[in-house]
Amino acid sequence: MGIKEKILTKSLYVFHLSSGSCNNCDIEIIDCLTPRYDIERFGIVLVGSIKHADVLLCTGSVNRLTVPRIKVLYEQMPKPGFVVAFGSCGASRGLFKDSYNTGKPLDEIIPVDMYIPGCPPRPEAIMAGLLKLIDKLNSKGK
Amino acid sequence: MLENLFKFMVYPGFLFSGAIGLLAGWFDRKITARLQWRVGPRWYQNFMDIAKLFLKETLIPDGASRMVFFAMPLLAIAGSTLASTIIMVINQTPGVTFIGDLIVVVYLMLIPPLALMLGGFASGNPLASLGGSREMKLMLSYELPFLLALVVPIAKAGYSIQLGGIITYQALHGPIFFSISGVLSFVVMLLCIQAKLGFVPFDMPEAETEIVSGMYIEYSGPALAMLKLAKAILAFALPALLITLYFGGIIFTASGILMSVLEYILILLLMIVIKNTNPRVRIDQAVRFFWRIPTALAVLAVVLAYLGL
Ligand code: SF4
Repeated sequence: MGIKEKILTKSLYVFHLSSGSCNNCDIEIIDCLTPRYDIERFGIVLVGSIKHADVLLCTGSVNRLTVPRIKVLYEQMPKPGFVVAFGSCGASRGLFKDSYNTGKPLDEIIPVDMYIPGCPPRPEAIMAGLLKLIDKLNSKGK
Repeated sequence: MLENLFKFMVYPGFLFSGAIGLLAGWFDRKITARLQWRVGPRWYQNFMDIAKLFLKETLIPDGASRMVFFAMPLLAIAGSTLASTIIMVINQTPGVTFIGDLIVVVYLMLIPPLALMLGGFASGNPLASLGGSREMKLMLSYELPFLLALVVPIAKAGYSIQLGGIITYQALHGPIFFSISGVLSFVVMLLCIQAKLGFVPFDMPEAETEIVSGMYIEYSGPALAMLKLAKAILAFALPALLITLYFGGIIFTASGILMSVLEYILILLLMIVIKNTNPRVRIDQAVRFFWRIPTALAVLAVVLAYLGL
């Protein structure tokens, strides 16, 4: 694997964006930081500013208001950066598919590198997902 | 010339103090994690974070003043590196001291927060300006007790404003810490350093949860890495200054180095425990706190030092 990927995957900073989720996914993300799961072991940290982030973690079903903001945030993320679609909503709009306020799914707006399904995904699933993202990046550098 | 460059860039300057500062940063994260019953990151985590930031692109915010925005991280890192180089070189050979080097070091250590503040203002982000104004108020509040407490080692060492003079005085008469005024001014210094390093309870300039890392908010990539390195070097230089002023400096023998490392770890540990057991205070509370208790303590310490206690 390339040295670049190796360094990158050892220190992923995650920015958490809620594009109109039901707030359950967001709570599960915070769960990953608790002593029981402690995601900081892998060097993964939640940051407050998109300029510091390597991963844009997008929860929720992408309602019409958030579409331009998602695009802006994606552009503001310093590259190389990755997008993770979080929860059933992030992957496919979930149960809000037919809502008047839901437009396109996330992966038709910005390129998505990784999906973590579940409604909401369990912390174990989140960690498995992020570790899979790391694996994917590592194999890319080969 | 080349030798000085080596001193500045490699040992004991940039590379050496940067590495120790990053290790101290890991120590902070690890102890914090252990206090919260977590496992915590691996020892090389902070090195990876810095290396990663150098791989990323730097974005310039719309409407930012480019010159200031990019000059400030360099200025911050230069200031803190020079301060730590001076402290370490004088510890190694107390003879090379010059009149007023203590004052030079103290003011060099003021450059990183000032640079950070200007960089924050230059980025044009309202949250960064808010962080900058808080940093300014915090500086006003901690500088008064810090400078007052600094008078104690100076007075003890026969009114010598040379680091070398203070070190040689302590080599002859024992560490300044072992006196009433020494303990008092050490406590005040410790609190001020807590604020200088931006540790909780005095981290309101960069409070992640309310103004999302304040002055850092618009920085990304190598510029952010440099700001973080400047802070890491400061996290080495400030405790090193404390060791120099109160524990007789770093003596370059095996046992002396071991003692200094232990003292350094002890100071860090104290700060980390204070950090983890206190909530963040408001900026007005911080100003009120620093101008009352630590200032009063520092004045008392100065009087005691004048009386020779
Ligand atoms: S995936 Fe489920 S839990 Fe997550 S935001 Fe959508 S509905 Fe809520």
